[in-house]
Amino acid sequence: MSTKQLQMKGIRKAFSGVPALRGVDFTVQGGEVHALLGANGAGKSTLMKILSGAYTQDEGAIIVDGSQVHIASPGDAKKMGIHCVYQEVDTALVAELSVAENVMLDRISAKGSRLWLNWGKLESEAEATLARLGASIPVRKKAGELSLAEKQLVLIARLLTEQAKYVIFDEPTAPLSLDEAERLFRVIEQLKGEGIGIVFISHRLPEVFRICDQITVMRDGERVFTEPTADTNVDAVVHAMLGRVFEEEYPKSDAPIGGVLLQVNGLARGRSVRNVSFEARSGEIVAIVGLVGAGKTELSRLLFGADRADTGTVKVSGREVRTTDPADAIQGGIVLVPEERRTQGILVGDTVQHNLSLPLLNAFSRFGFMSGKKENNNAHAVIGKLGIKTSSPQQQTAFLSGGNQQKVSIGKWLPTEASVYLFDEPTKGVDIGAKSDIFRIIGQLAEQGKAIVYLTCEFTEAIGIADRILVMCDGALVKQFMRGEATQQQLLLHASGGKGEQA
Amino acid sequence: MDKALHFIFKYGSLIVIGLVILFFSLWDKHFFTYANISDILRSISIVTFVAIGVTFSLTVDGFDLSVGSTVSLTTVLTAAMMVWYQQPVIFVILVALASGAVVGLLNALLIVRVRIPDLLATLAVMYIVAGIHKTYTKGYSIYNNMPMPDGSTAPGTFDPAFLWLGQGKLLGVPVPVILMIVAVAAVHIFFKYTKWGRQMHTTGGNEEAARLSGIRVRRIRTFAYIASGVFAAIGGILYAARVGTGQIDAGAPMMMEAVAAVFVGYSVLGAGKPNVIGTFFGAILIGVLLNGMTMMKVQYYANDIVKGTVLVLALAVTFIHLNRRRNG
Repeated sequence: MSTKQLQMKGIRKAFSGVPALRGVDFTVQGGEVHALLGANGAGKSTLMKILSGAYTQDEGAIIVDGSQVHIASPGDAKKMGIHCVYQEVDTALVAELSVAENVMLDRISAKGSRLWLNWGKLESEAEATLARLGASIPVRKKAGELSLAEKQLVLIARLLTEQAKYVIFDEPTAPLSLDEAERLFRVIEQLKGEGIGIVFISHRLPEVFRICDQITVMRDGERVFTEPTADTNVDAVVHAMLGRVFEEEYPKSDAPIGGVLLQVNGLARGRSVRNVSFEARSGEIVAIVGLVGAGKTELSRLLFGADRADTGTVKVSGREVRTTDPADAIQGGIVLVPEERRTQGILVGDTVQHNLSLPLLNAFSRFGFMSGKKENNNAHAVIGKLGIKTSSPQQQTAFLSGGNQQKVSIGKWLPTEASVYLFDEPTKGVDIGAKSDIFRIIGQLAEQGKAIVYLTCEFTEAIGIADRILVMCDGALVKQFMRGEATQQQLLLHASGGKGEQA
Repeated sequence: MDKALHFIFKYGSLIVIGLVILFFSLWDKHFFTYANISDILRSISIVTFVAIGVTFSLTVDGFDLSVGSTVSLTTVLTAAMMVWYQQPVIFVILVALASGAVVGLLNALLIVRVRIPDLLATLAVMYIVAGIHKTYTKGYSIYNNMPMPDGSTAPGTFDPAFLWLGQGKLLGVPVPVILMIVAVAAVHIFFKYTKWGRQMHTTGGNEEAARLSGIRVRRIRTFAYIASGVFAAIGGILYAARVGTGQIDAGAPMMMEAVAAVFVGYSVLGAGKPNVIGTFFGAILIGVLLNGMTMMKVQYYANDIVKGTVLVLALAVTFIHLNRRRNG
């Protein structure tokens, strides 16, 4: 068999009993660019990790150029000519070494390489490889001094020196500017011309339609769609990604919407948050939706003073809030329930009671001495109010379930009298029951006249809970929908830069 | 196996302390006498103050290598102020405490503002402070009636009230031992029952989570380093009061002893984190070992081997436990 193709057949993989892949077939031809799409958690990265040797499948076969192979480690994958360009380019580069050394790194460190290196030859080979990609990067420059796009090119050049036959690009354009992305597309064209098969993972549909020959969509661990790009369109792909729209129950909050509480004006930080302005009113739930990496978490951290903004102002009830330290934001009435609950939202090594006291140590102490009674009363009140399942307030939070930990992370703010609540992906990793509890809590906060900013990549949640939805793409707010206006298709379209993107 | 390890972690250090005391008591009948016990406690009192300082920096997940130099600095400073400049005791003590605070503030500035890693910043400050105190005395120790550069004798002497701090007794108990016990109790209460202690523990437990809960972590860490400097300064004051001279480099060996005491303390009753009661027991273990070995006429320089070994064992127990807990 001389057909150049990489086949995956009936791949199954489960993590501690939970199936992530349910019998997936996937084929890439040599000289083809094949897009692999799917919502978060659809299984595309699991599939690619099996291909690159990071995981091993439970069932199914991998066939490279006609012969079945066993890939047990990343080293095995490389031997078969299967390479992966990950998004985090810095982990694969040695910043202190030159570009030439980085390009030739695998050659240098290979077993059986000669003791003495011929630097002249090394540099000229690296130069030639980069030239093949149409890149002119000085080979004596240190890799650490390169731009992100240049680093990516160095990694691509490296895998060329190793006779790569199949290359997986995992969201390569996410951190790139438009120009840089253009240059990457030309490189991909070049690889394709050399007969290399390419798997292209991206959230940005326009570029997928531009450079890919085939499109495969995954959903819930299955392959649901494969078509040549020429025979399909954006709507069909979006539909395949979302599947049937299943209705979830959201307690609709009927809180009366009052005056403006939060006013954000021209907030920006680097390229992750660009000129963001919006407002949120008393009793209003504003959802900010976007794909992973759109800048939602970064925005929430700016609003809370966890990171410093380059420019922009944040006002609560008309008064400007200093956002240089979270303590200032809290005093100004803004609180954040962060995405990374176990490392940022709570102290897992501490008790429930201590966690719930943290923002109000002054209120719970007298002349500096903590009042165990006040702390305990507060803990009991919050535990009762939010229905936190814990054996006692003295329980260590590490032993609580994800949903209950999240409730602690929310509950610590309840006695602070904050007027603006920021929630960053609050339902991530919590079970259905706790999820609806969290929605109920958010609804109650809105009824009390708080302004809620709900940042999420789950479009159904935004549609279910929000009075207003703002779509974020590449760090900027690109579209607004009122309650009842938005569909998942529209949100996905705008979030992937499909329509109305600001050029 | 797990149970055995858990038991060792929880009670191991106390059992070791008990066994060491038992061993020395059997070896020499003079060991377990009131005179010798109070001698041991007096000898550890200074190290305990330094170790309390180290407990502060470790509690906020930092480290302070400069405490030994701070002891040296404040020892010669107090001596110089009395012997050279005849200053009143209260003023002498206040200046010494303030200079400890300044060293702590410098550490905090470098670590919290400039963001130099704590070990490196305090290593540099350790050298600077050691250099300052030796430059100040031109390398000489300071004592009563010492000759001055101009040929005269030094005008002042150590104040008896000052010496009482290091040498006196109250109801038969040495004054530094009383001060030590008061300090251990006070710092224990501080960490356990005050909001500042809570903030320090929280900051050390997870700085980012603490910050996102509204704790001003930079301020808290600054306070911890200042406390570290001040407690080291108390150690220096007591040292000068005990020996009645301003020895240069007096604090040099204390940094190691203090760090060893704190890490022995990690495992006392299975705390798994810096705690002042544990630190106290750690200091006792080291004091007993050094006293016993002197009694056994072990060569003086072998003390360093023992101190280092105690530290290694304490670290081994602590980190085996912490890593298992993290993986388990």
